Amino acid sequence: MSLVYAGVLSHAPGMTGRADMVENTGVRDALYAHLDLQRREIEASGAEALIVVAAEHFANFFMNNMPAFCMGMADSYTGPIEDPAWLKIDPVTVPGSADLSGRLIREVQQTVDVAYAEEWRFDHGISVPLHFLTPRYDMPVVPVNINCQGPPLAPLHRAWAFGEALRRACDAVPEKLALVGTGGISHWPATPDSGKINEAWDRQFLDRLMRQDKAALLAYTDEDTYRDGGQGGFEIRTYLAAAAAAGGAGELQFYTAELPIFAVGCTVARFAIA
Amino acid sequence: MSLYQLQKVLFEMNRDKRVQARFRDDRAALLAEYDLTVEEAGALERADIGLLYVLGVNGQILMHFAAFNGIAWFDYLDMMRQGIVDHGPVRAGVYAMVGGGASFTEEEKHR
Repeated sequence: MSLVYAGVLSHAPGMTGRADMVENTGVRDALYAHLDLQRREIEASGAEALIVVAAEHFANFFMNNMPAFCMGMADSYTGPIEDPAWLKIDPVTVPGSADLSGRLIREVQQTVDVAYAEEWRFDHGISVPLHFLTPRYDMPVVPVNINCQGPPLAPLHRAWAFGEALRRACDAVPEKLALVGTGGISHWPATPDSGKINEAWDRQFLDRLMRQDKAALLAYTDEDTYRDGGQGGFEIRTYLAAAAAAGGAGELQFYTAELPIFAVGCTVARFAIA
Repeated sequence: MSLYQLQKVLFEMNRDKRVQARFRDDRAALLAEYDLTVEEAGALERADIGLLYVLGVNGQILMHFAAFNGIAWFDYLDMMRQGIVDHGPVRAGVYAMVGGGASFTEEEKHR
């Protein structure tokens, strides 16, 4: 039928793996409450499958053959690849739909040269969102990746065009679909600076994102992002794709920079479908 | 090109339990299959997180390797900082340290 839900959320491994180390437990629990609200909103939308636009971290793709954009096309996926004791998410098989993916991919290919993958092992970039959004793993997932790790990275305007292509693909199939973009805004993950967050930069970006200020969003350069938002900031591509897919104004439901132990400013937001 | 090979070892190890088993059982034979410098091979042999970080290994790859080696989170951060002290700034890639070695979490300061 169409896209029935669109939103964004953060995905850091600390959100599950370091949950018991948090001192600011009130803010942590508020984050979890908003993620649960997002789960209920997706369920209430009637979505029959969930598209997760993610920025994976070398679980599947490496610099020997790095696609700018890739979509999963399988009936099931596995993950996470990380040590379960470290991530605190047990390995699981997640349902997919090769048929649905194939129809979406064919439509996306009308305007974007997307790669596809018939096997895909999730890392925290998808496993953490699913842990909160489909904790029973009972909703088929279409994994989508935008290379945010191995430069050269696709320009932001191509991430936007990819989001628009995803929207056209959603509207071309009979199923009701939800889509989330998952990434960080400013963060310096997996470095000695882990926990550093540029809250002002984050809030300016989120303001532009919620207002669908396309010109301002596409004006970020990777050099500016690296300086102000760290290498983790390259993941804004997933948020741009979600905004482009939604088309409508956003509502920022939750943001905090007060959980640096999670190594990212934690975000939950939804968009109107327009 | 060598950093590519160094990261490729870790990429394959992070996602494949068979490679992990080979690393545990006979890491010299495993590493001989890659085009590594003596410094890179030594860093891998010793699971030297600090030197691997300075050599430019992407943090997302290095973080998983540290977890595989049972290194606790704050110890992982300390090892990278010590790598900078011992070997100088990060030599390649986009995961350079920019915070001067400071901690950014109260949890780490209070441990």
